[in-house]
Formats: sequence, C-alpha cells, structure tokens
Amino acid sequence: MKKIMENVYLILVFIFLFLPITVLILFSFNTSSLNIVFEGFTLHWYQDLLQNRTLLESLVNTLIVAGISTIVSTAIGTISAYGLHKYSFKGKNLVNELLYIPVVIPEIVLGIALLSVYTLLKLELGMFTLILAHICFCIPFVIISVRSVLEGMDSHIEEVASDLGASRFQIFTKITIPMLMPGILSGAQLALTLSLDDVVISYFTAGPGANTLPLQVYSMIKTGITPDVNALITIMLGIVFILLTISTVVQLRRLKKEDVR
Amino acid sequence: MSNKKIWKIFFLAPIIIYVALLIALPLCYILLISFFKSDYYGGMISTFTIQNYIDVFDQVYVSVFLKSILIAGITTIICILISYPFVIAVSHKHPRTQKILMTLVMVPFLTNSLIRMYGWLVLLRKSGVINQVLLGTGIISEPLSLMYNIPGILIGMVYTLLPFMILPLYSSVSTIEPYLLEAASDLGASKIKTFFKIIVPQTLPGLFNGSLMVFTPALGYFFIIDILGGGKMMILGNLIKNQFLTARNWPFGAAISIILVLITSLIILAYRKLGGKMDDLGGA
Repeated sequence: MKKIMENVYLILVFIFLFLPITVLILFSFNTSSLNIVFEGFTLHWYQDLLQNRTLLESLVNTLIVAGISTIVSTAIGTISAYGLHKYSFKGKNLVNELLYIPVVIPEIVLGIALLSVYTLLKLELGMFTLILAHICFCIPFVIISVRSVLEGMDSHIEEVASDLGASRFQIFTKITIPMLMPGILSGAQLALTLSLDDVVISYFTAGPGANTLPLQVYSMIKTGITPDVNALITIMLGIVFILLTISTVVQLRRLKKEDVR
Repeated sequence: MSNKKIWKIFFLAPIIIYVALLIALPLCYILLISFFKSDYYGGMISTFTIQNYIDVFDQVYVSVFLKSILIAGITTIICILISYPFVIAVSHKHPRTQKILMTLVMVPFLTNSLIRMYGWLVLLRKSGVINQVLLGTGIISEPLSLMYNIPGILIGMVYTLLPFMILPLYSSVSTIEPYLLEAASDLGASKIKTFFKIIVPQTLPGLFNGSLMVFTPALGYFFIIDILGGGKMMILGNLIKNQFLTARNWPFGAAISIILVLITSLIILAYRKLGGKMDDLGGA
C-alpha cells in the first residue's frame, strides 16, 4: 500500500515536471498553427523551420555561446581551482569569498552590473559581451566542482612524479588533469546546463546582434509563436536527451562495476 | 624569473583577473552609481547623494519589496512540501533506479527556463490545453483563470526552482544511515515522529541549501512574472529591469540592486552561522 502511494506520488511529480515540455513537443507535430488544440499530425513545421533564417540563426548563436563559454570556463575553472588549492598568496581569502558572488546573488544583479560596466568601458553589446557574461557566471561552478575532487586527491603522487624527474608541465597534464577528470567533466556539464538555461543575464548583456533562442522566444511571446519554434525546441531537446542518456548509461555502468567489487 | 614563479603566475593570473574585472569591478561600479543622480535623459550626474536610498522607502517600492519576499517565501515553502516526500520515496528505490529518477528530474531543465514558461503559457491560458480538456470533458462550463494571477506566478516559480530544492535534499537524505530509521521504527516511533525527529534534523543542511537556492533567484525572475503574471504584478526583478531598460534611471536601479545584495548577504550569513558550507551551494 505504502509502495503504491509512493509510486503514485513520484508519477505525479514527474507529470508536473514533464507537462510543459510534452505539450511543446506535441504541438510541433500539429496541423493547426495556433498551439491551442491538437488537430492532426504533420511534419511541415520542420520543413518551415529550414526556411526560417532568424530562428536557425538564434539556434546557432545559442550553441556558439554555450560551446565557447563551457570550454573557456572549464579551462579557467580547472586551472584556478588547482592554483587556489596549491598556492597561497596575499588576498587569497578575499578571492575565495568573491568567487561565491555569482553563485549566490540574484542573477539580475549580475546582469545589470555587467551591463553597466560594458557601458562604462564602451563595449558594444553583442556575442562577445554575451559570451563574457556566460563565462563569468560559469567559472565559480566549475571551480567548486573541481575543488571537491582536489580535496580528496593524494598530493604524494605529484611529489613522487617530481622526484622521478617529471617536469611541472608533465605532472599537470599527465597526472593532475586525469585525476581531476570526474570533477572537470561534471563542472563542464554544469556550465553547459547553466549557459543553455540562462535568461536573465543574457537579457541584459546580449544586445541586438546576439539573438539567442530564449531571447527570440521572449520577443515572440508577445506577437505569437509559430509551431516551427516548437519544432526547433523539439530538436534541441532530442539532442540534449541523447547526450544525457549516454552520460547516464556510462555512470550506471560504473555503478554496476562498483557493485560487483 | 624562476620556473616556479612562472607556473604560479600561470595558475593564479586568470582567477585574479577574472575576480577583479568580472566580479569586483561590476559590483563596485553599481555601488558607486547608486550614489549618483539621474539626469532624466538616461544619463547620470556624478555627485554624492543618498536620495536613491531614501526613495526606496516610498510606499510603492516598499510594497514591491514585501510582495517579492512573500512570493519567494511561498515558493520556497511549496518547494519544500513537494520535495520531502519526493526524495524520501526516491531513496526507497534500488540505487540504479535512484540514479535514473534523479537524472529524469534534470531532463526538463536542459531546455531553457523561458521556453518551459512558454510551455506553461500554452497549458494555462484561457484557451489553453488544461481549460480545453476540462471544458471538453464537461468538468467545467466556463474556462478557469489559471494565469495572470498569483497562482499562475507561483506555478511558474515552483516549476522553475523545484530541482534546486530536490537535488540538495536528495543528497542529504541519501546520507541518512538506514539503521537509524530501523531503530526508530523498532522502538515504536510513529512515521510522523520519525520524520520530525530523524529525517528533518539529518537533512537540515540540504534544506537550508535548497531554500537559499530557491528563495534568492525567486526575487529576481522577472520573465516569469512577465509571462505568467501578465504585467500586472511587479517583483524586485521587474523593478530593477524597468529602471535600467525602460525608465532609464540607473542610479535608482543600482540602489535597489544594492539593497537586494544586502538582503542576500544576510541570508548567506544566517546560512553560514547555521553551519552551511559555501561549496555545497554550487553543486546544484
């Protein structure tokens, strides 16, 4: 009885979580263009999508921003987590404290603060300022993720490598990075998710030249959204779902191996 | 320069430049302009005045503050009420099922939050899916007002922020030793007693962490209010956005932002006093 109640509850929460996306996916196959009632099955919105320059451009921009900011923030975050772990310097505590600001302050404050500084420095709003803003809020999450692995790392291994004549560069690329890989990967995954999900900071830092998918949808909501947008969302969700399935299967395999041990 | 020193610079220069230019500078600049005066043409006059901070205490703005805190507070409470039974139910499953369920929780959050809000708009509006279904089955005869009101806003907020409660709560529930729960039930503790005497105290860190990660963003999510509130409601996020983009009174917008930062800092301070770790906040 208790089991049934628990399962029913889990199903209800999952319905709540998946409802809005399911509706959007469903309407991408709908013959009516109004996103109101499902009338019949069609694929012609997917054809329409191929003609819609603005939409495709916003998708490409979204992927460029997410890709570059994930790579750059993962690289800087990894190097910095290691640096903060290994070296001490004047003002280290201050740096450590300031790092948490993008994690905890409401995004809108970071958004307007970056906008103000861009204006102060006379930087024109566009892809560059948008990517810089995304890198800004992703770095601390990568650092936290890498740091959690660093804290459990045995530093003797590096010492041994150094005693055996490995250079600093060899130690970092051949020993440190491979050992930190789980933290680096989960940090990168987090950065990617945060970048794809962001609305608030992008809203202030993108400018007219850098239309991303969420900003495009935002401006279309007032005028009405056509189902080719739904088609685009469905495709993006499909890609993300495949990536996530692969990463989950890999993790489950690892879990299974640990079970056997 | 010695080799060692070059490496030290390599590992530390990026983070110092980043913290200085992208965190410290923007925030200090906001603090600075919050003492400036607006010239009413979108520009700023660099003087020193605390007028912006005095203006915040106007009744209109005080009510925006209170409304924001109320909405964020109710959102947090609803998230807690949904998440506890959820994570407890998940923790009773086989480890592999747990992993799959927690991944499923994350799937919707890989689409942009604004796009998911559009999904809710399609569901909730007068001609929306929910009303169509209810009208079609004859359960109601008039379409319900499910959005452009407080319940609509709360649905959007809870939906967007729920995983930030579920994830930390799940990781602290999974650290409870099963023997504790067995011992409690062997000793005759009721379900409710076990929940309040064992599960809640053991999951307090996760609960604080989740509440913080739900409450503070909820103060600023202007797009949820715009889409599901129909522009009639205003929270701090909308107020700041309007000052920067519509009214173009940056000094006043900056002053509100600084107060928002102060509120957040107080919450963080409480979180730390209660033994919360900052690194746990970045794990969501």
